[in-house]
Amino acid sequence: MLDQTEGYTTEDGRKIGGVVMEMKNITLRFGGVVAIQDISFDVREGEIRAIIGPNGAGKSSMLNVISGFYNPQEGEVWYKGEKRPQMKPYQVAQQGIARTFQNIALFEGMSVLDNVMTGRIRQMKSGLFSQSFWKGKAEREEVENRAFVERIIDFLEIQHIRKTPVGRLPYGLKKRVELARALAAEPSILLLDEPMAGMNVEEKEDMSRFVLDVNDEFGTTIVLIEHDMGVVMDLSDRVVVMDYGKKIGDGTPDEVRSNQAVIDAYLGVAHD
Amino acid sequence: MFYREAGDFKTSYVADSQTFPIKFDRFRYYAVLLVAFAVVPFVINDYWVNAVFLPFLIYSIAAIGLNILVGYCGQVSLGTGGFMAVGAYACYKLMTGFPEVSIFVHVIISGGITAGVCVLFGLPSLRIKGFYLAVATLAAQFFLVWLFNRVGWFYNYSASGQINAPERTVLGVPITGAETAPWAAYLFCLVFTVVCALVARNLTRGMQGRQWMAIRDMDIAAEIIGVNPLKAKLSAFAVSGFFVGIAGALFFAVYLGAVEVGEVFGINKSFLVLFMVIIGGLGSIFGSFAGAAFLVLLPVLLKNVLVGGLGWPTDLAAHFEFIIVGGLIVIFLVAEPHGLAQLWRVAKEKLRLWPFPH
Ligand SMILES: Nc1ncnc2c1ncn2[C@@H]1O[C@H](COP(=O)(O)OP(=O)(O)OP(=O)(O)O)[C@@H](O)[C@H]1O
Ligand SMILES: [Mg+2]
Repeated sequence: MLDQTEGYTTEDGRKIGGVVMEMKNITLRFGGVVAIQDISFDVREGEIRAIIGPNGAGKSSMLNVISGFYNPQEGEVWYKGEKRPQMKPYQVAQQGIARTFQNIALFEGMSVLDNVMTGRIRQMKSGLFSQSFWKGKAEREEVENRAFVERIIDFLEIQHIRKTPVGRLPYGLKKRVELARALAAEPSILLLDEPMAGMNVEEKEDMSRFVLDVNDEFGTTIVLIEHDMGVVMDLSDRVVVMDYGKKIGDGTPDEVRSNQAVIDAYLGVAHD
Repeated sequence: MFYREAGDFKTSYVADSQTFPIKFDRFRYYAVLLVAFAVVPFVINDYWVNAVFLPFLIYSIAAIGLNILVGYCGQVSLGTGGFMAVGAYACYKLMTGFPEVSIFVHVIISGGITAGVCVLFGLPSLRIKGFYLAVATLAAQFFLVWLFNRVGWFYNYSASGQINAPERTVLGVPITGAETAPWAAYLFCLVFTVVCALVARNLTRGMQGRQWMAIRDMDIAAEIIGVNPLKAKLSAFAVSGFFVGIAGALFFAVYLGAVEVGEVFGINKSFLVLFMVIIGGLGSIFGSFAGAAFLVLLPVLLKNVLVGGLGWPTDLAAHFEFIIVGGLIVIFLVAEPHGLAQLWRVAKEKLRLWPFPH
């Protein structure tokens, strides 16, 4: 069993810290539909935590609960050792939880640069007056944060499309810009909803590499939803398996792979 | 060969995010400013100031204000006329109530008051969008005009129900009232237009503008990355109202001198400014100027050509103008939602590559 406070060291030698977020007995209903039923799991500092499950299992709903978009009827979210009160999505973001969406949600009318800069909203605090005259704090912030954003842009290799309006980009690049925007927030937890969906093999490999590098270089905790079992097994430290709103497995990729309930519900479905 | 950005590399982020990143554009901008401040005041006469320059400058401010709300933040408003009226009446009350304070200050405070009123009428935007918000702002339009018509306090119980601008001076030069010289009125408005445009440009290229555009493009995603929708929308209403209020104050005090609210600030005014924004280009400061120039110049041009040149009757020429404007609105909405500003951008793009298109 994992220790609650100490953390552990992974096979490849990465240090995983204590619990940073804990979902306790979450239940979420939409009218008669039970999207999430009494699910509990934790996320540790610095780990890559995957959520898998067949279509409609409630994975996206779970991310939406974490980012404050849905309020569960029952259960508690604990973040950094404190029970989180009911929050608006923007307040959750201000706490350092960033995310991407299953269906890309970029600002199509804005350039790549502006999209990614918007991710810095948590770090930019200058007032309306200062911004009106582009002087003092406003100008300083703009330059400092631009420098940070350029590092992210380099990191994700999207320098060449910096000034391009996002609406004109192909799907794979959009996914990357969305990741850049989330990373720009310097999140303590990064939520990724199917970052590789709809990509070809090469794009998937690139994206996997980026996810690993983000985790490695910035030490970002990542919660990841993914359908591709191969990808999940390669990337993640621990996996939660959902089916019809219930949790049917939780553990390392190897443990999950050999769990009979999981094989029946998920792997079986995936291979027929 | 004269329009080039090659060799014009940016070595700092300050330089890269400036308003006119291309040198040639920057020079042209300074040249325009120089002409506007140092040449035009010496050559203009009464006709040009009243027919072209004052309406252009003032409508530009109003269009910038509306563009921030509609073009940048995506919140529709049909209440511009009503909000301009707020600026005008605020200015009137301030001018008559505090005659010792500078008209300069009055105009700015009028903007501030309008900003407050605009925020109040912007509150429904937190719940409703698009068509329904448009109807709500339309209600504001009719309510405000009704209010200024009915409540005597606003027009100091004058017998005619009109408001008249008393004479006020800046540095001893009359700016309002019958004695005002054309160049003085022009310069006074020019200062406001230039400062408003700069402020609007700064706000829209910085974090505030990004928040507005994020709300416009996808409000749910904006909220999830940390944009407070309440603050973003209401700040757009406030800033928009500030500009529109200044425009209203100038329109009344400097341009017309006397105002009957229903006639001057009716629903037609709301549509006129909205058309300027649509024709000029949604989400573009330059477009706001282009749209204002176009709709101010069009009637002057048609009148001179059709009535003066071809001898058409005046009302026929006026109807012809409606047809042209209506047609253009449809064309721009369907084919080029980014308006004249986008046409200009495309033209520049072509020119930049010419004569080697690859
Ligand atoms: N806003 C909503 N209103 C009503 N029902 C919803 C809503 N969002 C999700 N659901 C339902 O909740 C269940 C779980 O949906 P969810 O999107 O979380 O699944 P998922 O695991 O992400 O599936 P997928 O792999 O297809 O993305 C589904 O039955 C879905 O129809
Ligand atoms: Mg999903």
